[in-house]
Amino acid sequence: MILTKAQYDEIAQCLVSVPPTRQSLRKLKQRFPSQSQATLLSIFSQEYQKHIKRTHAKHHTSEAIESYYQRYLNGVRENGAAPVLLQLANEVDYAPSLMARIILERFLQEHEEAPPSKSVINSMLRDPSQIPDGVLANQVYQCIVNDCCYGPLVDCIKHAIGHEHEVLLRDLLLEKNLSFLDEDQLRARGYDKTPDFILQVPVAVEGHIIHWIESKASFGDECSHHAYLHDQFWSYWNRFGPGLVIYWYGFIQELDCNRERGILLHACFPTDIVTLCHSVA
Amino acid sequence: MAAVLESLLREELSVAAAVRWIARSAQSSEDDPREAAALSSLRPLRKEFVPFLLNFLREQSSRVLPQGPPTPAKAPGSSTGLPGRSGGPPRGGRGARNQLFPPIEASSATAADAPSARRGGRRRGPGPARERGRGPGGLEEGVSGECLPWAGGRRPRSSGSPSSPSLARSDPPNLSNLEEFPPVGSVPPGSAGTKPSRRINPTPVSEERSLSKPKTCFTSPPISCVPSSQSSVLDTSPWGHGLPSGCRSLQEEREMLRKERSKQLQQSPTPACPTLEPGSPHPSRTGHLTAQPADPARVSSRHRLELVALVYSSCIADSLESPLFQSVHDCVFFAVQVLEHQFHVLSHLDKGTLKLLAENERLLCFSPALQGRLRAAYEGSVAKVSLAMPPSAQAVSFQPETDNRANFSSDRAFHTFKKQRDVFYEVLREWEDRHEEPGWDFEKGLGSRIRAMMGQLSAACSHSHFVRLFQKQLLQMCQSPGGAGGTVLGEAPDVLNMLGADKLGRLRRLQERLVAPQSSGGPCPPPTFPGCQGFFRDFILCASSFQFNQHLMDSLSLKIRELNSLALPQPEPSDEDGESDVDWQGERRQFAVVLLSLRLLAKFLGFVAFLPYRGPEPPPTRELQDSILSLRSQVPPVLDVRALLQQGLRARRAVLTVPWLVEFLSLADHIVPMLDYYRSIFTLLLHLHRSLVLSKESEGEMCFLNKLLLLAVLGWLFQIPTVPEDLFFLEEGQLDVFEVDTVASEHGLDSMPVVDQQLLYTCCPYIGELRKLLASWVSGSSGRSGGLVRKITPTTTTGLGAQPPQTTQGLQAQLAQAFFHNQPPSLRRTVEFVAERIGSNCVKHIKATLVAELVRQAESLLQEQLVTQGQEGGDPAQLLEILCSQLCPHGAQALTQGREFCQKKSPGAVRALLPEETPAAVLSSAENIAVSLATEKACAWLSANITALIRREVKAAVSRTLRAQGPEPAARGERRGCSRACEHHAPLPSHLISEIKDVLSLAVGPRDPEEGVAPEYLEQLLGQLGQMLRCRQFLCPPAEQHLAKCSVELASLLVADQIPILGPPAQHQLERGQARRLLLMLLSLWKDDFQVPVPLQLLLRPRNVALLADTRPREWDLLLFLLRELVEKGLMRRMEIEACLGSLHETQWPGDFSEELATLFNLFLAEPHVPEHQLRACELVQPNRGTVLAQS
Repeated sequence: MILTKAQYDEIAQCLVSVPPTRQSLRKLKQRFPSQSQATLLSIFSQEYQKHIKRTHAKHHTSEAIESYYQRYLNGVRENGAAPVLLQLANEVDYAPSLMARIILERFLQEHEEAPPSKSVINSMLRDPSQIPDGVLANQVYQCIVNDCCYGPLVDCIKHAIGHEHEVLLRDLLLEKNLSFLDEDQLRARGYDKTPDFILQVPVAVEGHIIHWIESKASFGDECSHHAYLHDQFWSYWNRFGPGLVIYWYGFIQELDCNRERGILLHACFPTDIVTLCHSVA
Repeated sequence: MAAVLESLLREELSVAAAVRWIARSAQSSEDDPREAAALSSLRPLRKEFVPFLLNFLREQSSRVLPQGPPTPAKAPGSSTGLPGRSGGPPRGGRGARNQLFPPIEASSATAADAPSARRGGRRRGPGPARERGRGPGGLEEGVSGECLPWAGGRRPRSSGSPSSPSLARSDPPNLSNLEEFPPVGSVPPGSAGTKPSRRINPTPVSEERSLSKPKTCFTSPPISCVPSSQSSVLDTSPWGHGLPSGCRSLQEEREMLRKERSKQLQQSPTPACPTLEPGSPHPSRTGHLTAQPADPARVSSRHRLELVALVYSSCIADSLESPLFQSVHDCVFFAVQVLEHQFHVLSHLDKGTLKLLAENERLLCFSPALQGRLRAAYEGSVAKVSLAMPPSAQAVSFQPETDNRANFSSDRAFHTFKKQRDVFYEVLREWEDRHEEPGWDFEKGLGSRIRAMMGQLSAACSHSHFVRLFQKQLLQMCQSPGGAGGTVLGEAPDVLNMLGADKLGRLRRLQERLVAPQSSGGPCPPPTFPGCQGFFRDFILCASSFQFNQHLMDSLSLKIRELNSLALPQPEPSDEDGESDVDWQGERRQFAVVLLSLRLLAKFLGFVAFLPYRGPEPPPTRELQDSILSLRSQVPPVLDVRALLQQGLRARRAVLTVPWLVEFLSLADHIVPMLDYYRSIFTLLLHLHRSLVLSKESEGEMCFLNKLLLLAVLGWLFQIPTVPEDLFFLEEGQLDVFEVDTVASEHGLDSMPVVDQQLLYTCCPYIGELRKLLASWVSGSSGRSGGLVRKITPTTTTGLGAQPPQTTQGLQAQLAQAFFHNQPPSLRRTVEFVAERIGSNCVKHIKATLVAELVRQAESLLQEQLVTQGQEGGDPAQLLEILCSQLCPHGAQALTQGREFCQKKSPGAVRALLPEETPAAVLSSAENIAVSLATEKACAWLSANITALIRREVKAAVSRTLRAQGPEPAARGERRGCSRACEHHAPLPSHLISEIKDVLSLAVGPRDPEEGVAPEYLEQLLGQLGQMLRCRQFLCPPAEQHLAKCSVELASLLVADQIPILGPPAQHQLERGQARRLLLMLLSLWKDDFQVPVPLQLLLRPRNVALLADTRPREWDLLLFLLRELVEKGLMRRMEIEACLGSLHETQWPGDFSEELATLFNLFLAEPHVPEHQLRACELVQPNRGTVLAQS
């Protein structure tokens, strides 16, 4: 699903200030029936993350935290079974899981002697039954299962999607008889940066030499692509030469501008792979 | 001066005698006593003769060819060479060398001067005025200079430039005025002004030209980037940033302008250039260059011209430091004469140049004989000079052997270097993208980033890593001038060639770009950092890091030593046929790669080493200079280049050593040549220069092209402003200090044809100026633009390859050496190569087999240890010691296995690589030597390193095992995969997590009234979950863990009947039977399909149990059912459940709920063993569940 910048912008435009709930996703799918659901979800998730990054700081001032905590306390005092925390998050336009984290942290500060460590918080978010307060545990759990952009479950889904596509890519490489080294093998050899696969014998795709392939189970928008370029793709290029990135959920066409430089984008496994022939001339 | 010339012209003096006189001060027995007498009185003037001759020629020809390129004048260094003497024009010193003419001659700048009057007078002589206007762009201009150490070559002139109105010529040309006489490499300025004596020039966009006063320049165009004394803007940084691109772009612009204009002119026969001054009497001079050919019949004073040509040529031929005209005919005649005398040199030029020369109309006209010889030479020539591949930055590949964690002192250093590598390439890419943009500045754009990166290189070890990367990248990108790099990732270009068609587009573009002549900065450009080299220079400057520079110098010196002493091809008894030719191409290529690498490294070594001392000006006073000299003489040289030079000369490897030494010295500062150490080097080089006589070719002498290369690079070096010219006029006494044995006692590189035209042109791009000049003549003269065909052959760089290991002492080694002595060198290389590779492979093989097996043993020993000592297993360091003490002794097997490996593998490899026809005895000896060399190499490494290697690998295994022991035991263990027949069609784990998450969120709410799940859907979902868990193809442990947790949550919701069911509003709950079916499905998944531990205890956590509290009426039977099934299926032990139930009492519950909970607890306890059939009993109580519970 390769979108032009204009098409992408149209979709992104519809996502402004939409809460990350399953209802929102349903509406989005109705609005853009021709796009694949996975692509839409990926775009939605990335746009929402950008939004959160922009507004993150304002939710973390001590005043904001205090005011959220008071609102939460008042809310649950009134009715502990009502979706207090979720509604609070939606009202202030913040991710429910992240709001749950803020309140949990604040709660633990109040009830524990030492300030809670990050790992304790994470563990409680993963398994809210560890939260000492039953009401809060339910509120946090509700936030987590209703958030489709943040939270341990979403993280797990994203990780699983990434893993699945790596497996898929590995199978395709095996099927094409292309020998490769995978990330684990590379790491075991002490490589400092490791793409998903390094081809032991380079191939050519659309006339471009490919030494490595990176699988990205997301949509390649400007923001994420630039971050990946900086943190990963150029680093791979710096060590292994030109390579191929597969954005399984598509990408913005205009981003595929470093082909000559050695970074080729694809939205699926390439079909026209040219391999080195060992025929005797 | 003039007297000598007069004598010559009057034939009182023979040319031979004059040349002898110039070359040696002492009289020779060959000299005619009469001549000797005539000359001896002139002896003090001897060293001024050559500059005089050059100036004379230039002056003479420039009157006829007034806008001919200024050829730099030579000034004899008669004075001390110390600048700063008050008053009077600077003679001698650098100041003089920066001028075209010594001030005495150059006084012609004032119009009223006598010389100019004289010239003006002669000008009105026989040559018609209009012919003078025809001048621009002619070949005739190309021969009067001495810039090329051995021949003239000139930058093409604008073919159609409407500059220089004829009126201007009535004034004497001010040759030191760059505006009137733009130096080689630039295009003559445009339109004429109203004042006859001045031309109006386009304002060049160069910082150096910001002042309007005339500039003087010696070796180079003013718009190139010489660290000249005028460039005060560069004071802080003698190699100022940003300038190169600016300069280049100006030149390019002019070049484009020139091309555009000539195109116009070719298109329209009537030139209608707006730039043409109105009322120009000679519009035709803007037309074709060949409109009025020079005519041999119109040559005046032919005999005298011949004589001068002979003197000039003799000077060239004898490698003396460098070289009457009334019309263009005279000039062409003289030029052709000189070319005739220099035919020997010409015949060694590349095929393209020969073709252009042979096709030159003027040459044909003036000397059909020479033309015939040139044509013959062209037809016989195979010296095609191909163009290198364009620079395409490729990265230095990551090599685990040198780059992985084991090579760093700490994790931090490793990760810092990881980041630095990326920053380095980021900076490089940005430079590639932007350095040609106008206004972009290296320092502003990248400076702070570079310094921040260098700042992180705290550990010395990190510096050496970075320097290695830097140096490798430098070699990869810049091996040939202009930055045209060879290959980088080794195989990539080969792959490219094999793959064929791709990149052809790029090559085509390259071709188009290169067909247009480009200047390399005139025939004698100053040392520059073209192309990618500019990046590395600017990087060094910007980084301004003392540590970096020091490490870089160390590394460059080491690499230079290594390459300089590389065993390059030994002379091969010249075989009769092509067999050795094939080998020779390889040898030449290897030599070229080594030589180009050395030159590049030496240039940067010189740059960094002399950087702290480099300034735009020499020291202003002698006192200051003396104190600097005494200080500097204390400092040992960065690399003992004198020793290397002497060794090189002795070993007859001058052809390798001198070119890089020249590069090194070309970047020296003003003081360097005055230091005794370096002065002796210069003297040595000068002596070498004089000893290389092109016309002498004897057995065992240096090959012609080798000689030509040395002469060209040395001649270039001597022209560099920092080299004091008084060096050239040294008396013999000083020269005799060093004996250079030029007699070939033994074969060395010098006497082997290692240099070809390609290498010559690559090292000395200025030689190509001649070809460019001729090419532009062709395109300018007749519009036959197709006349020039350039071959574009991507050159590939072969790896330098490590120096073969030195063989051990002993008779066997001597015998082996002797064996190779009479075999072709390719045999030796093959054997050494095989030994090297097999030895290396042997080590790898031992690692993969023996060591890997030991690691496996270590792992199982460790497992035993862990079992016996419990999970902790004790101190890891101690464990490691125990394991190593058990395993390391097995390392001794490595040597035996290594020997076997080499024994087995080497012979086959040698056999495959040697010719089929190799005699059996030779073959078997070669095999044996290969075996022993490989064994020696492998065993040396293994005996030294095997213990450490085993230790390291075992250590890694121990930490791996202990880590796996840790928090995620679930990730361990054998996984049951799907069967071979499985086609992996099960839904993806991510999809299932997502679906179950949706169910959970629906159940937890909030939800819209119409939202709900169909019971069938739930069944389907659990079915899919089972499929997926059985397939496992796409499953990863974290996903499975989350699925396990979600499935438990789902069970809790089922038990509490909290899942909203789609259907009629009244019936929003699951039927009991359905719920039970779903629970059974879950139980089966937990029991049979999940391979990670399922957190079943969650079922009895207060939060999950509390779900029951919300339902009314409360239904406990499903929970009881579930608990009993858990026990039944062995998923939870009774004790566990009891403990969980017990801990539930600690929670605060509503009163009635606590009671019910207690009842449930009792019920569960009451039935220690619940067989299947009793489930129904539980169902039976369902209607009045409350009562049942209350009763019990």
